[in-house]
Amino acid sequence: MHQGKILLVEDNPDDVALTIRALKSHNITNDVIVAKDGVEALDYLFGPDGGLGKGEQPAVILLDLKLPKINGMQVLERIRSDERTRLLPVVILTSSDEERDVIDGYSLGANSYVRKPVDFVEFTEAAKQLGLYWLLMNRAPPMPRMP
Amino acid sequence: MSLRDWPIKQKLTVMLLLVSGLVLLLTSAAFMGYQYWSFRGTMRDMLTVRGRIVAANSTAALAFANDADAREILSALRADPHVVAAALYDKGGRLFATYPAHLTAAALPAAPGPDGYQFERGRLSGFQRVAEAGGQQLGTLYLASDLEAVYDTFRLSGVIGVVVLTVSLLAAYFLSLGLQRTISQPILTLAETAKAVSARQDYSVRAPKLGEDELGALTDAFNQMLGRIEDQNRALRESQEKLQGHATELEQRVADRTRELEERNETLRRNAAELLAANTELDAFAYSVSHDLRAPLRSIDGFSHVLLDDYGAQFDDAGRDALRRVRAATQRMGALIDDLLKLARVTRGEMRMEAVDLSAMAQDLVAELQRTTPARQVEFEIAPGLRARGDSRLLRVAIENLLRNSWKYTEKQARPRVEFGSVQMNGERAFMVRDNGAGFDMKYADKLFGVFQRLHSAAEFEGTGIGLATVRRIISRHGGRTWAEGAVDQGATFYFTL
Repeated sequence: MHQGKILLVEDNPDDVALTIRALKSHNITNDVIVAKDGVEALDYLFGPDGGLGKGEQPAVILLDLKLPKINGMQVLERIRSDERTRLLPVVILTSSDEERDVIDGYSLGANSYVRKPVDFVEFTEAAKQLGLYWLLMNRAPPMPRMP
Repeated sequence: MSLRDWPIKQKLTVMLLLVSGLVLLLTSAAFMGYQYWSFRGTMRDMLTVRGRIVAANSTAALAFANDADAREILSALRADPHVVAAALYDKGGRLFATYPAHLTAAALPAAPGPDGYQFERGRLSGFQRVAEAGGQQLGTLYLASDLEAVYDTFRLSGVIGVVVLTVSLLAAYFLSLGLQRTISQPILTLAETAKAVSARQDYSVRAPKLGEDELGALTDAFNQMLGRIEDQNRALRESQEKLQGHATELEQRVADRTRELEERNETLRRNAAELLAANTELDAFAYSVSHDLRAPLRSIDGFSHVLLDDYGAQFDDAGRDALRRVRAATQRMGALIDDLLKLARVTRGEMRMEAVDLSAMAQDLVAELQRTTPARQVEFEIAPGLRARGDSRLLRVAIENLLRNSWKYTEKQARPRVEFGSVQMNGERAFMVRDNGAGFDMKYADKLFGVFQRLHSAAEFEGTGIGLATVRRIISRHGGRTWAEGAVDQGATFYFTL
């Protein structure tokens, strides 16, 4: 799983850049697939050209909540409702500290909820911890068997 | 029907009749009695006289023992039909002559008795001495008369008596009929008036006064009573009308007041609805803030760091300093936003009132403070048993802010000490958090609780100046007050009531 991919669902390009930089700065060199919004994320997962079609699935999905078109919660719902992706680890990575969002996230089946810090130092630290944990320590679910 | 229930007319009439009847009866009885006795006396006298006359006439016959003459003399008694028997006895007491002639000796006394007449056996009879002028007794006369005369007279007087009685009674009856009117008329009139008044409930009727006697007084009293009843009724009616008027007025006022209250309720409802709408808006606002404002901050901070990291060597000190300031500023803004969000959350949300143990809460918070910064040794004194009623979540935030403040501002003290307790002030209980830290100038006391107001620079003590504003807002929501006392470098005490 050292080579697991990270699916980063984030609409803010600054945040994307910073996240990737943070990961790199801690020597996490796994492929990061970026989806700019919910539709792209779902396309990647379920679409004909998507990862599943190519027999690959991300080791972890870093999911922002405030996304255009379909918001993060709906994406999560969709991921959890499909047999093929039901078990994929999803980490909600968002600015929101609202209790409602935390509750909804966990209710819909997120594996983790992390608040994005404003301070960059803290941010990189968080990224490193997430990467190390989900990519190295955590054992991802196996690929679903093809029907 | 007992005597008491007879109508008055009847009673009076009967009474008068009884009295007059009794009087008449007694008088008649007395009179008749007198007549009887006196007539008997007269009869006796008359018989005595007759006897004497006959005796005087019979002396010759007796002296010469002429019984034929004697019989003739006796037969003169025929003239008086009431004489039923007469007899002459000679000297020796032997029967000499009789009248009526055929009378047998059996019907006559055997021998003469003494002089005098007696009433016996339904007759008046007796003896009379026949004597000469010289006094020598020649014989005895026996006379017997029936009592028919008496009876006749008695009967006559009886009839007369009865007639008189009847007539008198009749006269008395009619007289009493008339006389009793003087008594019964006023009474009947009064009784009729009373009946009429009570039947028709008409108290304006008055009974006519027919005299100055007791009945007149009764009539007067009765009329007075009616007058008083009339007055009272009038007064009653008047006060009823007044009451009615008041009641109507009251109803009107109640209706007015109800309408007023309803209008106010309506206003209140509308206000509440507006408030709810405003709160919901605030909700959405805070939510978007928490996302939208922080993201650019992160970018600013992040790329400033990138600059420092990657190109830091190419900057001079001033350049690096500028970037450092940029980063510091963004972090500060992040803290401010977070604090604002916290404050907004305090204002929103429903309060759930319950009994809260403030002492235990404070102990918890103190333990946490000491755990997160074991390096600092602060003496905490928490009064036990402090209880109050309020929202435990919000009160926890308030006390945490106060304790954290005290903990922060006693940083420069050699022996920092923080107290949490309660005091009695002006008859009410107030809670207080006291520290012996930096204190403040009372001149600025009213600024303390303002949003983002600080009396120290960030260099002296870190903080955004929102802690006390949060405390004030929380306590206000509980209906309490917040204030503070202090002196520069002599510590500060923060009070709040619940």
